[in-house]
Amino acid sequence: MPDNTSAFHLLLTADPTLFSIVGLSLAVSVTAAVLASFIGMPLGALVALTRFRGRVFVIVVMNALMGLPPVIVGLAVYLSLSRSGPLGSWGLLFTPSAMVIAQTILVTPIIAALTRQTIEDLWLEYRDEFAAMDIGALQRISTLLWDGRFSLVTALLAGFGRAAAEVGAIIIVGGNIEGFTRTMTTAIALETSKGNLPLAVGLGVILMGIVVLVSGLAWGLRRAGERFAG
Amino acid sequence: MNTNVDSSDLPIEFSKVNIDTDNHAILRQVSLVIGAGAPTVFIGPNGSGKTTLLRAAMGLVTASSGQITWGQAIESPPLRRAIVFQRPVMLRRSVLGNLHYALASAEVPRRERQRRAMELLSLVDLEGLGDRPARRLSSGEQQRLAIARALARKPRLLFLDEPTASLDPAATKGIEELVRSVSASGVKVVMATHDLGEARRLAGDIVLLHRGTIVERAAVDQFFSAPATKEAQAFLAGELLF
Repeated sequence: MPDNTSAFHLLLTADPTLFSIVGLSLAVSVTAAVLASFIGMPLGALVALTRFRGRVFVIVVMNALMGLPPVIVGLAVYLSLSRSGPLGSWGLLFTPSAMVIAQTILVTPIIAALTRQTIEDLWLEYRDEFAAMDIGALQRISTLLWDGRFSLVTALLAGFGRAAAEVGAIIIVGGNIEGFTRTMTTAIALETSKGNLPLAVGLGVILMGIVVLVSGLAWGLRRAGERFAG
Repeated sequence: MNTNVDSSDLPIEFSKVNIDTDNHAILRQVSLVIGAGAPTVFIGPNGSGKTTLLRAAMGLVTASSGQITWGQAIESPPLRRAIVFQRPVMLRRSVLGNLHYALASAEVPRRERQRRAMELLSLVDLEGLGDRPARRLSSGEQQRLAIARALARKPRLLFLDEPTASLDPAATKGIEELVRSVSASGVKVVMATHDLGEARRLAGDIVLLHRGTIVERAAVDQFFSAPATKEAQAFLAGELLF
């Protein structure tokens, strides 16, 4: 890729380097958001629907972890996966898998906390009707998940948005290796520092586009939820 | 546990029931027998314990002391009882979705649900609104849907908590007619209201509550023509009971 081409040119000619970077970014962040949903949604629902000692503490920690600094997560995952770390034998450091692990850790608390809030609000609203209709525990949970579906998808999108936008964690554990672990955010950081502004701007435009698309989707879903489910 | 669906929940008997929450007495020494027949209506000012008494009769609140029995059974799952809360919560589904949910919860076989749901819709005069999101209905329509949802359980006993509290006269008339026809079909209706006119129009007998105790219980004619207690006289005269 010649350095003197414009961002527009790269976009219009569907530059393969550009698109492999975008593709990897999406693959890593989507996988992380989906994995985080598998962990975070049941976890959030569990905390919402059970009462135990230290529950308030768990909720406070969960909410605090929504603002987990990506570099801290990156550092922790780096230490775990490095050759001398506890999981060093897996040989995952500087691979896309390591990036997925780091982003999953980053996003799980966001999805868990949003799920907890959604499910608990719904539960407070529905519990009398559940009792009156004599609904069993499993049926209650599935009803809450179904009736909260629009908010839960919004939580997933919020998690994806967070993952797609962060650079601190994946640059540490992925290493920003060209053609292998280079994503939009790590490439923007690198190309900007190298002075290759067209590629940085091109990637920036695409990343912004994705972020706008995702938040538009979240907004649309909420509207659809209001229209179809009230 | 009494799991025989056909056994009757009547009479409901309260003997010396106290109900407290957070060290605050809501019902005190309530003894009451609710038998079959025309609707039993609980009246009394706000905070007098009407809602708690209804919930206890439904089996949603347990007595702190004393005993509640349904047809002599101490524990009775609410298979043939249903309640409509003062502010019924519509599930985030369509009108028909709400009815299907209630029918499923009452273990109505899947193949019968659509037919039953349509019957219930026409019973409460909501035909044509089946696909509407339930939470988009007006409050009168939501109240009717809530009653339909309760009737999906084919209850022998139907509890209604201020079913017309926030409705305009036309919607109120619709609900009252519905209650009357439900009652005429043999369902025992137990209702709380603070609308004396409504109590007079619907009740077979009246239970007046004040500060968590039953101050008077009488047949409707007797209650309105010759109230026995000072509180009942004051309440009927439109004075405020504190």
